[in-house]
Amino acid sequence: MGIEKYKKGTKVLIKGNEAMAEGAVRAGCRFFGGYPITPQNEVPEYLSWRLFEVGGTFIQAESEVAAINMLYGASACGTRSMTSSSGCGISLKQEGISYIASAELPIFYANMIRGGPGLGNIAPCQGDYFQATRGGGHGDYRVIVLAPNSVQEMGNFPKLVYDLADKYRIPAMILADGLLGQMMEPVSFDFDWVDISKIPSKDYILNGCKGRERRVINTLHMDVDVLEKHNWHLFEKYNKIAANEIRFEERYTDDAELIIVAYGTAARIAVDAIVKARKEGIKVGLLRPITLWPFPEDVVAKLAERVGKILVVEMSLGQLVEDVRMFANGKSEIYFYGRPGGVVPNPEEVLGVIKRAMKSNIKAGEFCHLKKL
Amino acid sequence: MPFKETMKIFKKPDCLTKIPMRYCPGCGHGIVHRLIAEVIDELGIRENTVGIAPVGCSVFIDEYFDCDMIQTAHGRAPAVATGIKRCLPNLVVFSYQGDGDLAAIGTAETVHAATRSENFTTIFVNNAIYGMTGGQQAPTTLPTQKTTTTPYGRDTKIHGFPVKVCEMLASLDGPTYLERVTVSKVAGVLKTKRAIKKAFQLQLDGLGFSLVEVLSPCPTGWGITPQKACEYVDEVMTPYYPLGVFKDLTKK
Amino acid sequence: MRQEVIISGFGGQGVIKAGVLLATTAMTENKHCTHFPSYGAEMRGGTANCSIIVSTDEIASPIVNEPDTVIAMNEPSLDKFEPKLKKGGLLIYNSSLISKKPSRSDIEIIAVPANEIAEQIGTTKCANMVVMGTYAAKTNAVSIDAIKASLSVVFAGKDKFLDINKSALDEGAKLK
Repeated sequence: MGIEKYKKGTKVLIKGNEAMAEGAVRAGCRFFGGYPITPQNEVPEYLSWRLFEVGGTFIQAESEVAAINMLYGASACGTRSMTSSSGCGISLKQEGISYIASAELPIFYANMIRGGPGLGNIAPCQGDYFQATRGGGHGDYRVIVLAPNSVQEMGNFPKLVYDLADKYRIPAMILADGLLGQMMEPVSFDFDWVDISKIPSKDYILNGCKGRERRVINTLHMDVDVLEKHNWHLFEKYNKIAANEIRFEERYTDDAELIIVAYGTAARIAVDAIVKARKEGIKVGLLRPITLWPFPEDVVAKLAERVGKILVVEMSLGQLVEDVRMFANGKSEIYFYGRPGGVVPNPEEVLGVIKRAMKSNIKAGEFCHLKKL
Repeated sequence: MPFKETMKIFKKPDCLTKIPMRYCPGCGHGIVHRLIAEVIDELGIRENTVGIAPVGCSVFIDEYFDCDMIQTAHGRAPAVATGIKRCLPNLVVFSYQGDGDLAAIGTAETVHAATRSENFTTIFVNNAIYGMTGGQQAPTTLPTQKTTTTPYGRDTKIHGFPVKVCEMLASLDGPTYLERVTVSKVAGVLKTKRAIKKAFQLQLDGLGFSLVEVLSPCPTGWGITPQKACEYVDEVMTPYYPLGVFKDLTKK
Repeated sequence: MRQEVIISGFGGQGVIKAGVLLATTAMTENKHCTHFPSYGAEMRGGTANCSIIVSTDEIASPIVNEPDTVIAMNEPSLDKFEPKLKKGGLLIYNSSLISKKPSRSDIEIIAVPANEIAEQIGTTKCANMVVMGTYAAKTNAVSIDAIKASLSVVFAGKDKFLDINKSALDEGAKLK
């Protein structure tokens, strides 16, 4: 098959950004609207020719605001659509994402986080965790947030994103960073090429009212009773997602006396630190949330009951740690180590932090910020 | 002599729903809605049309037009229209936008949809004021015109100059058809309908971006009677915003 | 086996491509590999570099802080990365463009006149392949034959340079 660039299962060495873009096309993406921003530029560059090959549409929009609203239109008429950006641009997209969340349309967007706030820098960072996991824009809503930690997952997650977005009629995103976007690793696309003509038809899309009642996609509900009902409907949907779609990875947790909670790039660094620690006889394990929303809250709660110490490692000033503290609910000592501003901690540094946490004596439920020495 | 049988000579267009419009007496929106609906009926495209509602007084048009409709964020209708039309190019897509929506917050979307010559139609209703939010200054508010945010009149030294949308877009190579019309008089209404029909026909022919700017009365926002508002359109607005065709690539 | 490598030079010297070639070759030999380039503004007219890890075991962090090998194609790269080399590590430097001598005595050093060799072969553009040849022959991280097999993948559509690149690899290998 000509348009299927890589055979299923064949290993290729490509960048994370390219793997995500190819994964999206493979999963049925036929519309991309976006605006250049480092470190995600390989995504629009790749899709500018790749979507052309498969008969899709690529538009370099006049702004991120316009781009996300193009997706609003594309998704409204049933097209699997995608946009990608980095922090600054995702902030601009929040307006549209809120509308799309209210209209209950499925879209895929990716944030390859860079250092912030403001223009920040272009280095890998995790400072947009709050923005992603709390909805991001105005109003009561959530989006599904997937956090890959390898180029392999960057390639495979778009399919999952589209399936979840379609299933629940919700915006869903990949939250990664400049490192995962820029690095190359072997990847093999593990899912079949999605035949878009076989995606089940959607009974809410706009394609002309021939032979049916007209359809309206609307996010304005002036009657407070109507809007409250709509909000409760969304609430029920979010509960259903939280009950069914939590994904996480546990490593070396069985005998662990300290659990590191980290996602994405930070989780990769943590694994190196954990392997080093274990060589020295320190029993450390890893919990890697893969869905940041819905958050693996029960897993954290159970680990907190069983394990005395939890160490949250983030490339931010302490965002993930708030969720961990909330769900550990006073049952474990909580340590936090963060490097903001685009700094990626190195494994030796994290190993040092593990040792400090092991030696520390605080009470269960207490919080300790292990600042950089 | 009475008629022997009753004969229906005037009816609501099929493309309008039975929901009553919530516009003020003397507002131009209702006329423009009707003209669009008549054009859609005459072209037989109701079942193939998607309309895009803006933010502003016409925010509820998704209730009024009996075709597929989508309501969008303030100013973003051209971007949404782009997404729809590029994905399903056989649909007829129109955006309906006011002056704040199109020429202030949505200027970038308007200019870039026009310069890409996206194949949809924009109906731009210019009444020189923000009606829905209570009569504030619009990008098209005239010099010296009083609004609730220019209580001493628009002073161009302080508030800048009005945006002339057709003139601005006419400087671009992209747009196919740009015309400014008015609904202040019967002749203008008829001309407006011809312009709207031409714009839709251009889209059906795949010729690219078309925009019809309609100068429209807002008696409530301007604080005058409907009759005076129509006179204001003719005597004050029209001299500043001259009527006519600003671009027509079909006439070479 | 685990090799952490930094390749660094001016933009245009093909250091990122050399890194991609190394990682691709490692992949074809069924090894784990990562390639992480410098990117964005720092690449415009400045020094480009990339970090490659080749390993028989899983690679967690792709960041190289203490490289086993540094390949420096110009002087700023030598200044920047020589101090980071692991004790006992390998420094390969392009002596065609670097006149000063490396300062450390606790590392192994190979001077490769890469531009001169490349010019003799036909084009200075293949200087990156000369040092890759030296690197592969010295460390056996990947085999020269496997690199040659990967050339057509990494430089797809540039088959006319295939023989030149192969000669460059062979000439470089002689200097191990």
